Amino acid sequence: MSEIRVLVGTRKGAFILSSDAARRDWQVAGPFFGGWEIFHIAGSPANPDRLYASQSSSWFGQVIQRSDDGGASWNPVGNDFAYAGDPGTHLHYDGTARPWEFKRVWHLEPSPTDPDTVYAGVEDAALFRSTDGGASWHELPALREQQGAAWMPGAGGMCLHTILIDPTNPQRMFVAISAAGAFRSDDGGASWRPINRGLKSQYIPDPEAEVGHCVHRIAMHPARPDTLFMQKHWDVMRSDDAGGVWREVSGNLPSDFGFAMAVHAHEPDTVYVVPILSDSEHYPPEGKLRVYRSKNGGNDWDALTDGLPQEHCYVNILRDAMAVDTLPECGVYFGTTGGQVYVSADSGEHWQAIVRDLPAVLSVSVQTLD
Amino acid sequence: MATVRVILPYHIYTHAHCASEVALDLATPVTLAAVLDALEAAYPDLTGLIRDRASGRRRPLIRFYACQDDLSNLTPDAPLPDAVAAGHESLLIVGAIAGG
Repeated sequence: MSEIRVLVGTRKGAFILSSDAARRDWQVAGPFFGGWEIFHIAGSPANPDRLYASQSSSWFGQVIQRSDDGGASWNPVGNDFAYAGDPGTHLHYDGTARPWEFKRVWHLEPSPTDPDTVYAGVEDAALFRSTDGGASWHELPALREQQGAAWMPGAGGMCLHTILIDPTNPQRMFVAISAAGAFRSDDGGASWRPINRGLKSQYIPDPEAEVGHCVHRIAMHPARPDTLFMQKHWDVMRSDDAGGVWREVSGNLPSDFGFAMAVHAHEPDTVYVVPILSDSEHYPPEGKLRVYRSKNGGNDWDALTDGLPQEHCYVNILRDAMAVDTLPECGVYFGTTGGQVYVSADSGEHWQAIVRDLPAVLSVSVQTLD
Repeated sequence: MATVRVILPYHIYTHAHCASEVALDLATPVTLAAVLDALEAAYPDLTGLIRDRASGRRRPLIRFYACQDDLSNLTPDAPLPDAVAAGHESLLIVGAIAGG
């Protein structure tokens, strides 16, 4: 009998939500690390009891926690994120050069095959890897050689927030950075190339620049890793050649600004986004919380609203706060800055709140346990 | 040798699984750097949480108080007040009141 474990990172701690495959009755555990910002929790596909959590504080800095028993107990592991060599400078908001400075880990991506290997996307933007279960971390510095001196933070900081590993070719990885853009490696992170052709961003001096785009999220279906979907600051995009070129698939969305994005577990052309009104307002259009689903890879979008608030709703859904399970009837999950975590056990047709009053949700990831 | 009493902020002592006040045995002269070296040696999980690993600088929202004085900007190698070194007064490590 399959079970579902939803790993929730919030502004004030971590929570683990558990259910059987029906996904109707949920147990809530937590808060873990109460009072700390938990940017992300992720489970190892190779050993689902191995979890990693990014615990952060403006006062006390970065902690990485590891669990080897599915979240029942945790132990801190390594928190030394030292950039390789002299990292130089990047651009600040005001255009001045600022030294690269580690601030926090935004995203943890465990290896699909090795529980002791995990990648960390950090602010200021860089990619780190641990091969000893998080005890030590080493930067993959070639990424910052892709015009890193010209990268500039997005409003939330200069964060590397998305890490995708091609399950058919572990040497191929994709990362995304606000506000530098998307990058691909075909050699396990030894070298990188920008993959931003086709993006148009009116908020930068050259709207079609090779780097500098504020990419909010990239999503991929594991069975079709050359097809990528992107939620950019504005615009929903699609690439069918592993990021070689992008085309816009915003279609009939009420707004193509947003953060979160996910692909259906069994239908590579079914993609989900949550439109947000604008970069100035950061809440849903018309005060209606609507997930939009395209079943044909973009452009044609349908609003999914059953069970979601359709008036007076002014929450945001952050970039790492949407995920799917892999049960035969795909479950879709997202968390809000208002502290709700919603589940749909039927691919988005109907929704229910698992919890309503958590701290602001920063991240949601899902484990399907056999 | 001196025994210095250090009062820790909530998130630090809960993270280290220790009491809110710890006693550290140090060689004299007692300096801030020596106290933090001893604290991190006794509780390695605190490394990097009070001062930067590479530079040794105090994290910006951490403060050090003792004897009703703010010692946050003391040179790390400057001696702490005699009352702290003698164990009559505690060194307070405080998370600054900021951020809500």
